[in-house]
Amino acid sequence: MRNKAALSVCDATPSPRGGEGNQSARLGFTLLLAATLLPTPAFAAGIGGAIEPVIYELMVFAMAIFVGYYVVWSVTPALHTPLMSVTNAISSVIVVGALLAVAVEHGGMDSFTNFDGSLASKVFGLLALAMAAVNIFGGFLVTQRMLAMYKKKGDKR
Amino acid sequence: MSANLVALLYLASGVLFILALRGLSSPATSRRGNYAGMLGMAIAMGTTLAIANPQMPMTWYLIAAGLGVGGLVGAVTARRIPMTAMPELVAAFHSLVGLAAVFVAASALYAPGSFGIGEPGDIHFASLIEMSLGVAIGAITFTGSVIAFAKLSGRMSGKPIILPLRHVINLALFGLLVWLIYTFCLSGGVGWLFWAITLTAMLFGVLIIIPIGGADMPVVISMLNSYSGWAAAGIGFTLSNIALIVTGALVGSSGAILSYIMCKGMNRSFISVILGGFGGEVAGPAGGGEQKPVKLGSAEDAAYVMKNASKVIIVPGYGMAVAQAQHALREMGDQLKKAGVEVKYAIHPVAGRMPGHMNVLLAEANVPYDEVFELEDINSEMRQADVVYVIGANDVVNPAAETDKTSPIYGMPVLQAWKAGTVLFNKRSLASGYAGIDNPLFYNDNTVMVLGDAKKMTEEIVKALAH
Repeated sequence: MRNKAALSVCDATPSPRGGEGNQSARLGFTLLLAATLLPTPAFAAGIGGAIEPVIYELMVFAMAIFVGYYVVWSVTPALHTPLMSVTNAISSVIVVGALLAVAVEHGGMDSFTNFDGSLASKVFGLLALAMAAVNIFGGFLVTQRMLAMYKKKGDKR
Repeated sequence: MSANLVALLYLASGVLFILALRGLSSPATSRRGNYAGMLGMAIAMGTTLAIANPQMPMTWYLIAAGLGVGGLVGAVTARRIPMTAMPELVAAFHSLVGLAAVFVAASALYAPGSFGIGEPGDIHFASLIEMSLGVAIGAITFTGSVIAFAKLSGRMSGKPIILPLRHVINLALFGLLVWLIYTFCLSGGVGWLFWAITLTAMLFGVLIIIPIGGADMPVVISMLNSYSGWAAAGIGFTLSNIALIVTGALVGSSGAILSYIMCKGMNRSFISVILGGFGGEVAGPAGGGEQKPVKLGSAEDAAYVMKNASKVIIVPGYGMAVAQAQHALREMGDQLKKAGVEVKYAIHPVAGRMPGHMNVLLAEANVPYDEVFELEDINSEMRQADVVYVIGANDVVNPAAETDKTSPIYGMPVLQAWKAGTVLFNKRSLASGYAGIDNPLFYNDNTVMVLGDAKKMTEEIVKALAH
C-alpha cells in the first residue's frame, strides 16, 4: 500500500529535525541536484551531441515533481491551509515573465528587435505584474498571519 | 550577468521554494520556511530585473505601479481577511495565478523577442507548445477558480448545476481545444488562435466546476491549486526559467497530493468528484416516513455532563466555521480544563471547505496545536472519552459509513464518536448532512441532541459551566 507508507511519512515528522520525512526530502534534494548536474558538456560529448535546453528543463521538471511529492507528503495535515496559501504565493514567481515583458527595452536582449506588438506586450505584462503582485504580497502575508497563530501549549504570543 | 549565474540564481530561488514547503512539516519550522519563500521570490525578481536591465524611467514607473498597486491590494487583503473566509481567498488567489499565466503568455506572443523565443508570427515550435499548454491550463484555472470562489463565498448556490448532455459538451470542447492548440502550434503564433484557445479553455473551466457540489469543494480547491502549478510550469518552459519550472512542479504535485488526500477522506474517486453532481448545500430530511425518537438536551445538561467527565473530545465541522463558533469553543475548552477535564480536538481530513480548514480556525482561537489530533491518531481514544462534543459536523461521525453497505458514504473513514460514553450533538436541526444521508448516531441511546446555532449554544454552555 503505497499511500499507507506515504501517510506514515507525514505522521513520522513531529520534530523539526530528524524523522522519515526528512530523509525522503533529502533523497528528493539529491535527485534534484543530480538532475542539474547531469547535462554537463562531458556527458553531452559522450553521447555525441549537445542536449537541447528543453530536455534539460524536462529533467529538472521531472525531478522537481518527485521532490514536490516527498516534501508535500511530509507536510503535517494541520498546516494544509497554509500549504495552499504558500503554494499560491510561490506560483506567483510567474512574475518573472511579467517583469520581462514590462522591463525589456530596445537592445535589452539580442533578439529584441521588433516593436510591432510591443505595446500590447507591455500592457499584458503590466496586468500580469499587478496580479502576480497581489498574490506575492497577499500569499506570503496571509501565510505569515496564519502560521503566527499556531501555538503550542503554554506558548505566549 | 552571465547566463550561468542567472541560471544558478533561479535554481537558488527554486530551492528556497522547496525549503518553504519543507518548513511546513511542523508549525515550529513553518515560519522560517515562509521567510525562505519570500527570499526566493526576491531573488527571482531581482535576477529578472538585472537581466532586463531597464534604463528608461518610464519602465521603472510601470514596474513600480504594477508592483505597488498589486502589492497594496494583496497586503491589505491579507491583513483584513477573516480566517473563516480563507477558502474563498485561496480560490481568488488561484484565479489570479491562472489569469497572470494567460497574460504572460499573451505578452510573449506579441513580443517574443523580449523572451528570446523567436519573432512575432514565427515563434519556435517548442515554445508554442509550451505556451499554448500554459495558457489553456491557466485559463481553465482562472474561470474554474472564479466559479469556486463564487460558490465558496455564497455568491452562487453551492448546489451542483447539471447541464443536459454535459459530458458530450465537455468532450466536444476538449476536442476543440486540442485542435486549436494543434493549429496554433503549426501557425507560428497567430493571434486569433491564441485567443480562441483562451476563450475555449475559459468556457471549459466554467463547465467543469459548476456541476461540483459545495461539499466537494476541498477536492476542487486542491485540484485548482494543482492546475495553477501546471500552468506556471508551462509558462516556465516557454521562458526557459528554472525557478518557474521547479515551482510549477512543486505546486502541481502539492495540489495533486491534497486532492488525493481529500478524495481518500471522502472515500470517493477523483473521477467521480470531477464528474460532479454530488450533494447540494441544502439536503432535505432523509429516510422519509417514520420519525425515530431522539433525546434532546439543553445547554445546562451539556455543561453538567461535560463538567463531570474526565475526558472530552471535540469534533468540529463546517457548521462551526459558518457560525464562527471557534472562539466560544476555545472558551468552553478552557473552562473544562479549569475544572480538571482533559480536552482534545479531533479533525476529520475533509471537515470544512478546504484542507486544514478546521486547524486554522482553532489556531485562530488560540487552541494549542498539540491538543488537535488527526483522525488516525484519535480514533483509538474515542472509547476512553466520556463525552464527545460534535459541533457543526455530521457525516464525518456517521456510523453508517462503517456498518451500512448500502449507504452512499460506506467505506469513508469516520471519527468513531459513538464509542464514547456520551455524544453531545450540536446541530441547527435534525436535517441530514451534505450527503443527504440519515445519521443513525442521532438515535443512539447515548446521544443527546443539543439543537441550536453552534456559537450561541456553545456560549450558553460556557455560561452554564461558569456557575
